[in-house]
Amino acid sequence: MKFIGKVYKFGSNIDTDAIIPARYLNTFDPQELACHCMEDADPEFASKVKPGDIIVADKNFGCGSSREHAPIAIKGAGVSCVIADSFARIFYRNAINIGLPILESPEAVNAIQEGDELEVELESGQIRNLRTGETYQATPFPVFMQGIIAQGGLIEYVREKSRQ
Amino acid sequence: MGMTISQKILAAHADREFVEAGELLNCKLDIILGNDVTAPVAISEFNKLGLDRVFEQDSIVLVPDHFTPNKDIKSAEQCKIVREFAKTYGISNYFEIGQMGIEHCLLPEKGLVGPGDLIIGADSHTCTYGALGAFATGVGSTDMAAAMATGEAWFKVPESIKFIYYGKTPRWVGGKDFILHAIGDIGVDGARYMSMEFTGEAISALSMDNRFSMANMAIEAGGKNGIIAADEITLAYIKDRVRRPYKIYHSDNDAVYARTIEYDVSAMEPVVAFPHLPENTRPVSQAGDVVIDQVVIGSCTNGRIEDLEAAASILKGHKVHAEIRVIILPGTQAIYLEALRRGFIETFIEAGAVVSTPTCGPCLGGHMGILAKGEKALATTNRNFVGRMGHPGSEVYLCNPAVAAASAIKGRITAPWEV
Repeated sequence: MKFIGKVYKFGSNIDTDAIIPARYLNTFDPQELACHCMEDADPEFASKVKPGDIIVADKNFGCGSSREHAPIAIKGAGVSCVIADSFARIFYRNAINIGLPILESPEAVNAIQEGDELEVELESGQIRNLRTGETYQATPFPVFMQGIIAQGGLIEYVREKSRQ
Repeated sequence: MGMTISQKILAAHADREFVEAGELLNCKLDIILGNDVTAPVAISEFNKLGLDRVFEQDSIVLVPDHFTPNKDIKSAEQCKIVREFAKTYGISNYFEIGQMGIEHCLLPEKGLVGPGDLIIGADSHTCTYGALGAFATGVGSTDMAAAMATGEAWFKVPESIKFIYYGKTPRWVGGKDFILHAIGDIGVDGARYMSMEFTGEAISALSMDNRFSMANMAIEAGGKNGIIAADEITLAYIKDRVRRPYKIYHSDNDAVYARTIEYDVSAMEPVVAFPHLPENTRPVSQAGDVVIDQVVIGSCTNGRIEDLEAAASILKGHKVHAEIRVIILPGTQAIYLEALRRGFIETFIEAGAVVSTPTCGPCLGGHMGILAKGEKALATTNRNFVGRMGHPGSEVYLCNPAVAAASAIKGRITAPWEV
């Protein structure tokens, strides 16, 4: 899988309340959630973001609550992938489970600036900055998780497993 | 090489003698939990599997507690999805309004979780049950859905940080302060992906309610789980509650830890976490002059009977400050009833506080006490992120119930010994 998109950059400890505030958790419709994506971190984000765009954030992205609504809102907003210095544990798991690509690369996060255009190759974990021509390497997924991603998410993975 | 308590519980649930940190395991689960926010998503995913039954009816627990009693039509629809699922699939542990409580107060109270259990919950504060010597961790809705179908989940065996609390605990200091102190020390990602193991003489002397407050907030340091080995205090609590067989585990003397951190509690003060992260901690005496608009006492962190007792002991005979709204939320119906019998509710109402039915409500900015722009709340809850209790321009300060009650009287952040 390859993505090309424009970067929206965020700082450290972007919590799930900032990604999707609890006041909108009385629904789980991806499009409705997408309208409020990142609202408490950047109120303009949902209206600016275009399909394929990429979120780049510093450490501990997605900390806080276990709400799967957070990766659902990001995916619903059309974001192709999230690159961070590090992810909070539950968010990491949820993103994989719903099929939102995420990559960990402190090197990329340090170098990339707001508005840069990136080309991301998920399998190899290679990130190319189309503005500077630099490439960065992200940690590839553990083999165990590649199976889940290959199936398109955990539910599909379980369905396939129960078929076998 | 020995194993930590967390390694041992995971190993036992994967039919393994020994597991190392970093290994990926598929484990059998004892309890799978969901609420009115996360279970509807899980149910929608579960339905995609096309199964006519859940793996095990008795191991699933559904508690509508976040936006209940239903705050609006959409919330009512979400609760209806959960209620109908419970009925269709014969989920015995579904707790309707009137029996329900805040999930992490309710499950231990009902004896649904016990030492040695492996529990996942689609709620980040599921780590609360580590206070009983269980391995409990928060997951998302899809993990919950898969677990309802298979009774299993995959885990990466976490490394552990050992926190040793020694010394004699001063008055007005408790589990909430111990954990806030640790979060302030290591930061909100200081235990990311890791197990936080709490030991030492000050932990041994800690009551169950205080232990729940501690394990509850392991997630606020990024922890996968927080855990305290079961002892006589645990056994006294689970007696007449837990009906399933349980097993007590201890870490081996030669278990390997990523870090060991020691705290002397004897000089510790109640801790206040300033906006907008739980790691922004200060001793209450160094809080400065923070004038507040609202006080919230309750939540899965501090909504238990000892929390209400601490608040009542301070509020008794006092009036809350004229310009402060004080909202008190007992964690469960049983806690509410006990508080009523012991006169705490009367104390609260006479002081000018309101007492709500059990709900997560204001803690996550759901309902029952939302803040306007520029307002400040002091709360016994667990998170003070931007917009957590309402408007993104509001602020939340975190503390223990005694500090909250004293501050309610003074109208600004106040140490309990000042009233």
